[in-house]
Amino acid sequence: MDPVVLNTLEVILNGLMAGVMYSLVALGFVLIFKASGIFNYAQGVMALFAALTLVGLQTGQVPFAHLINAIFGTQLHHFGWELPSILAILGSMAVMILFAFLVERYILKHLVNQEPIILFMATIGLAFFMEGFGDLMWGADIKKLDVGLPQGGSFWLEEQTAGWASEGSDYYGMYIDVLDVWATMIAVALVVALTLFSQYTKTGRALRAVADDHQAALSVGISLRAIWVIVWAIAGFVALVAGIMWGAKLGVQFSLSLIALKALPVLMLGGFTSIPGAIVGGLIIGVGEKLFEFAIGPMIGGATENWFAYMLALLFLVFRPQGLFGDKIIERV
Amino acid sequence: MKTGAFTAMAAATMLAAAPALADLVIPTLNYRTGPYAPSGIPYADGFSDYLRLLNARDGGVGGVPIVERECETAYNTEKGVECYEALKGEGALVFIPQSTGITYQLIPKATVDQIPVHSIGYGRTSAANGKVFEWVFNYPGTYWDAASIIVKYAMDQSGGSLEGKKITLVYHNSAYGKEPIRTLEDLAKKHGYTLNLIAVDHPGQEQKSQWLQIRRERPDFVFMWGWGVMNQVAVQEAANIKFPMENFIGVWWSGSEADVKPAGDGANGYKAVTWHSPGSDFPLYADLKTHVYDKGNAAGDGTKVGEVLYNRGVFSAIVTTEAIRKAQEIHGVAQITPAMMRDGMENLDITAERWAELGLPGFTAPIKISCADHGAPGLAAIQQWDAAAQKWTIVSDFYTPDEEVVQPLIEADSMAYASENNITPRSCE
Repeated sequence: MDPVVLNTLEVILNGLMAGVMYSLVALGFVLIFKASGIFNYAQGVMALFAALTLVGLQTGQVPFAHLINAIFGTQLHHFGWELPSILAILGSMAVMILFAFLVERYILKHLVNQEPIILFMATIGLAFFMEGFGDLMWGADIKKLDVGLPQGGSFWLEEQTAGWASEGSDYYGMYIDVLDVWATMIAVALVVALTLFSQYTKTGRALRAVADDHQAALSVGISLRAIWVIVWAIAGFVALVAGIMWGAKLGVQFSLSLIALKALPVLMLGGFTSIPGAIVGGLIIGVGEKLFEFAIGPMIGGATENWFAYMLALLFLVFRPQGLFGDKIIERV
Repeated sequence: MKTGAFTAMAAATMLAAAPALADLVIPTLNYRTGPYAPSGIPYADGFSDYLRLLNARDGGVGGVPIVERECETAYNTEKGVECYEALKGEGALVFIPQSTGITYQLIPKATVDQIPVHSIGYGRTSAANGKVFEWVFNYPGTYWDAASIIVKYAMDQSGGSLEGKKITLVYHNSAYGKEPIRTLEDLAKKHGYTLNLIAVDHPGQEQKSQWLQIRRERPDFVFMWGWGVMNQVAVQEAANIKFPMENFIGVWWSGSEADVKPAGDGANGYKAVTWHSPGSDFPLYADLKTHVYDKGNAAGDGTKVGEVLYNRGVFSAIVTTEAIRKAQEIHGVAQITPAMMRDGMENLDITAERWAELGLPGFTAPIKISCADHGAPGLAAIQQWDAAAQKWTIVSDFYTPDEEVVQPLIEADSMAYASENNITPRSCE
């Protein structure tokens, strides 16, 4: 086979995997927007905070150590024990549930019936608060995240495919990062679990009812406040998964919060209200940007992925303003 | 009455906050917050700790206490300029912008205000020409020095020739990242290697395409001009594709502990160019321990001591205070002005013996600055990361830059700046 064809296949495959990673972040946005109409600006910071908490618990770091040391003149850093990954993940999830409760109690409760832009502004404030709070709680150091997921190229695949190219050509086999394969499997499991939860549980049906019509849901006795706590807790769980996957790639650090920028074109393309949309949108963006960089990038100086993702999303918006899978907004006079 | 009391209180507060007239004011444009804080914190701690040592041990410089005026920029250019405007009236002797973006903004402002700007190993490379940039310094080296030194090292590793070799530059898609391109292109003509350029957009969390391309092209060496998260991701991706890490060499802003630790064992063998030693195995650190750390007066929590960027902060504080000392010596006064500070910087001469007296024997190369050359000495070595020992080690001698290529570039760029800004280069005879 022609190496160009094989290289293109490799780019498409890696683009699909990268798209799944973007979808993981986009899912959190969709969940909250669907249930409450809020575009949660803090979703990226939630991923950062969840990952910081996970590493902090894993390594037995003393929270607020810097603050405690500054006030009391102590030299605290670590408790001296380490938590197994699974316990640390459960602990982080508990922290994210507490976070959801606090957000509802101290922010959302006071903003019921406000304009969406007010709620959006509140999440901007929340994002900045969380950034500072996470920094104060766990420190600004870059931390290595290791929950036992394998990482690096699949050499089995490389060996199997190395002979596919025509003889004499420079082809070294196909490359796939094992971590991306894991991320794909976890994302699929997450989407299946979320779908089953929303279709077959009482709470899931209540969530869908709230998503369809707040007023109608309230009139049949569904507690909007309880639903918001549940939705933010689920979004917190999704943020934790995204934080683990991205944190394993780039270390747990402040820049993790910027992964939200990669989710925006996915949302624009897939729609803000559709879980399948987030997945399909992620795949299209992932493949699109990687193929463009591979085919056109070298001719125009490279580094095309950031802007091309938005261009692609805008192109789709021209034909489908609500995104590929988003609900069509019809307002009657 | 109430107004009078309030005014008196406000005046008293301002007097307490403002430095005394007999202080040496050094503003520090730090970034302890934001995405680049992991790099900004150790540097800021090292810088502060050395100033605190001088105040505690020697009563400052020449008997005059040093006052550090910290201003948080979060590595944001606009905030950096705000910091400059806020602090320039407080008797600031020199501005160390800690960012190429901020440096570019401050060059015209500080030139008008006649306050020296010292971009230590960053900023505008051609500011090394002191005939054009009277108030700007970038010693001990420029990006073009770094690029030519990395090429020299790669050549040594390749048996003395790079003829027919393939070199890829992975760079931050910004003015900073593009700095070495011209030098590397000129050096490619001179040494016969093929240069391939791969840009990474800010912030650089996703580099799959770039590293797939590198995997396909199989270059002999990869050089990196990265910053922040771009460094960590690049090192991780290089490890993922099993690129030989000993042939992956970063600039000095891509060679700290924070850049390699997230990749774990995969980062083993990665290299970076540097102008100073890592580690705390120097007599100066005993003094810092006695007078600063043990007194509970350290700027940080002590976990960064001896790290690459902590040491760079200490280096920066030393060259700053040694310039103050030189200015006091030249002008015969203890309390100096920014103009005198500039004279001190321009006549700075830190010999190997002086580095030893300062408690840092063999820490870095001697530095001698002149009216014409604000970027000397340009010497640098290569350090390598040992993942098992979790430390950087210097693995080469100090190299001199390729002046034959670098100097004409500095001359051409600085003269173009002079022409655009109607500057008549001064004579340094």
